[in-house]
Amino acid sequence: MVVKQEEKSVFDREELMTGTDAVAEAVKLVDVDVFAAYPIRPYTGVMDRLARFIANGDLDAEYIVADGEHSQFEIGKHASSVGARAFVGSSGVGWLYAMESIGVTATDRLPLVALVGNRALDDPGAFGVEHNDALLVRDLGWLLCWASTAQEALDTTLIAYRVAEDPKVRMPAAVAMDGGYLTHSQHMVRVPTKEAVRDFLPTYDLGNRRMHPDNPVSIAPQVNEDWVMELRRQNYEAAKRSRKVITSAYEEYNSIFHSDYEDPFIEETNVEDADTVLVGMGSAAVVARSVANEMRREGKKVGFLKIRWYRPYPTDEIRKALSNVSNVGIIERNFAMGAPDDGAITMHDLQSALYDSKNHPRVVDFIAGLGGREISKKEVRKMFEMTADKKSPKVSWIGLRE
Amino acid sequence: MVEEVEEFKNANLYKGVHAVDLEELYTSGHRTCQGCESALVMRDFVKASGPRTVVTGATGCMYVANTSYMTTPWIVPWMHTQLAAGGASAVGMAAGLKALMRKGKIPKEKINVINFSGDLGAGDEGLGGLSGAMQSPYDLLVIVYDNESAANTDIQASGLTTWGAQTTFSPTGPAKRILHERWKKNLAAMMAIGHPNVKYVATSCATFPPTDYMNKVKKALSIGGPTLIHTIDPCPKGWDYHPRYSHVLGELAVKTGIFADYEIVNGEVRYTYDLRNKKRTPVREYLEKQGRFSHFLDEDYEYVQAKVDEMWDEWELPGILPIKAGLKVKK
Repeated sequence: MVVKQEEKSVFDREELMTGTDAVAEAVKLVDVDVFAAYPIRPYTGVMDRLARFIANGDLDAEYIVADGEHSQFEIGKHASSVGARAFVGSSGVGWLYAMESIGVTATDRLPLVALVGNRALDDPGAFGVEHNDALLVRDLGWLLCWASTAQEALDTTLIAYRVAEDPKVRMPAAVAMDGGYLTHSQHMVRVPTKEAVRDFLPTYDLGNRRMHPDNPVSIAPQVNEDWVMELRRQNYEAAKRSRKVITSAYEEYNSIFHSDYEDPFIEETNVEDADTVLVGMGSAAVVARSVANEMRREGKKVGFLKIRWYRPYPTDEIRKALSNVSNVGIIERNFAMGAPDDGAITMHDLQSALYDSKNHPRVVDFIAGLGGREISKKEVRKMFEMTADKKSPKVSWIGLRE
Repeated sequence: MVEEVEEFKNANLYKGVHAVDLEELYTSGHRTCQGCESALVMRDFVKASGPRTVVTGATGCMYVANTSYMTTPWIVPWMHTQLAAGGASAVGMAAGLKALMRKGKIPKEKINVINFSGDLGAGDEGLGGLSGAMQSPYDLLVIVYDNESAANTDIQASGLTTWGAQTTFSPTGPAKRILHERWKKNLAAMMAIGHPNVKYVATSCATFPPTDYMNKVKKALSIGGPTLIHTIDPCPKGWDYHPRYSHVLGELAVKTGIFADYEIVNGEVRYTYDLRNKKRTPVREYLEKQGRFSHFLDEDYEYVQAKVDEMWDEWELPGILPIKAGLKVKK
């Protein structure tokens, strides 16, 4: 990508970098105050790079190597509680080790931003991607999105801070990316200037919930049945409000950084007049888009819909995008043992969204690429064909050894 | 009791009970039991630290009973943290405040960062996080208030419960008179010895000797870096005795030597109540005042007494480091 003349003022440089490097650049650009690290593949590259920033004097922040992911996330949470902008991250079972802390960060409404480098859960050990780790927080009060490219990872991290810290939202945000396919693959990334990021992202201000002697509050006292429902409702309203905040954040991001995020929540490739559409998240989007374009050239009316923001779920956007589609297939890099129809996780959310819509396309589910197995172009083509075929089963495992 | 020691000359130690500040920063609104010594641990640490303090309280009886919504007793900012997160919560706050001050985002000043965690939180589940905090470079204090049980969950045994005590996890019965067979974890010394960078580790009893605990808080906060105070908190509900005797039991815990009362300042051990080579009050006088030991036979009292004697008479550092008794170099 060539940096256009008029864009020079908002970009510092273009650089080849991995997905985790791009997130580290974003964390530096937001002038993070505190970050806490604990090693686990594949997210950990982000902390390696941030540690180098500290060693080289490129970032002024408190850097803590924690004794485990539980402490790591608690450190981030409590740093956020005193008004410091904080960053953490993890992968797979590390993310699960932090789960207690992840839960309370959401109910404490602290805008911590975390990277999830998606990784299969143990046992057995596997470094490769599965989305079950990040999807475990989908109902807890975290904002949750997936990046497909290193550029999107950088952009989304900046946007995540903006949305999370907005006084109308104040929820933690998880930026997920596929382990290996994005954490460790390099793309050209346009890195914005600090000044431009400062224009986009206001100072973090926790207002009257900040822990400081000048603001002597008691946070998260025992409430029992007297008040929990009202507090849950506040969280629920914040999650609803976050949709509008996300929309306006992308509008501003597009205008400052000349990016072309048409819809913040979803990304459509040839969906508008398609009969058959595949839906997916993360790096599978890259290969699926390519196959969708190829098949179009062959005259087949297929399209691909990428979900970028999974929480809040883009209910209206998905209903609208799929309003004229007959067949929908979902590429799932996750599993849901014993779930309805034995389908995986995202099928259930998608079917729920479609239940009250006017159009009811046939929905089939493809469990593919588990544990980091590659999803090939051939397999994506097969999924398109099976989706179009009314006789294909509700759920299929793709790429499974016979 | 107060010795004028060079390293604490700026700590504004209380010289006697009449010098203690009258201002209360932990006031009405809590629902702790009559005779609750842990409530005194709360009241006194924040009195000693003063209003420029931020506090996290880990899950435990001092969360559940102490801080109910809309009736908070805390005048200083207070926040709940998870059972195992005491150490990490202090690190997070201290790191955040330090970064914000260095970067000019908030005014520079000394803000005391204190976490309190119970014996179950700090001593068992949160041990790793506590160790992490003790390795950190931040000025922070973790107070482990030890009432030797999960005291609002029904009185369950923790790793710091006295050997043999009846709890809901260790009832006495015809097949097993003693179900809690773990010897009390040596928490403060473990932290001091395992983290030689830590400048101040102390044990204490909130009521005995008077002002000792508050002055230890002042010392911990003035010396800098991560610090730890472990208090022994008699608990009428969990230990089964009349609430009027909390201070009596606290004093006996120290005088029998079952709870060694000391401070370790820059690696130097100073016994607050030195029981080396001295006649100790028999430990039975402490144990038999508590219903949780009502099932004890003579042999049980003798066993505990022998362990306490070994701790004071044979350990390399009596009450602290058991090299001579527990570990021996092969000849």
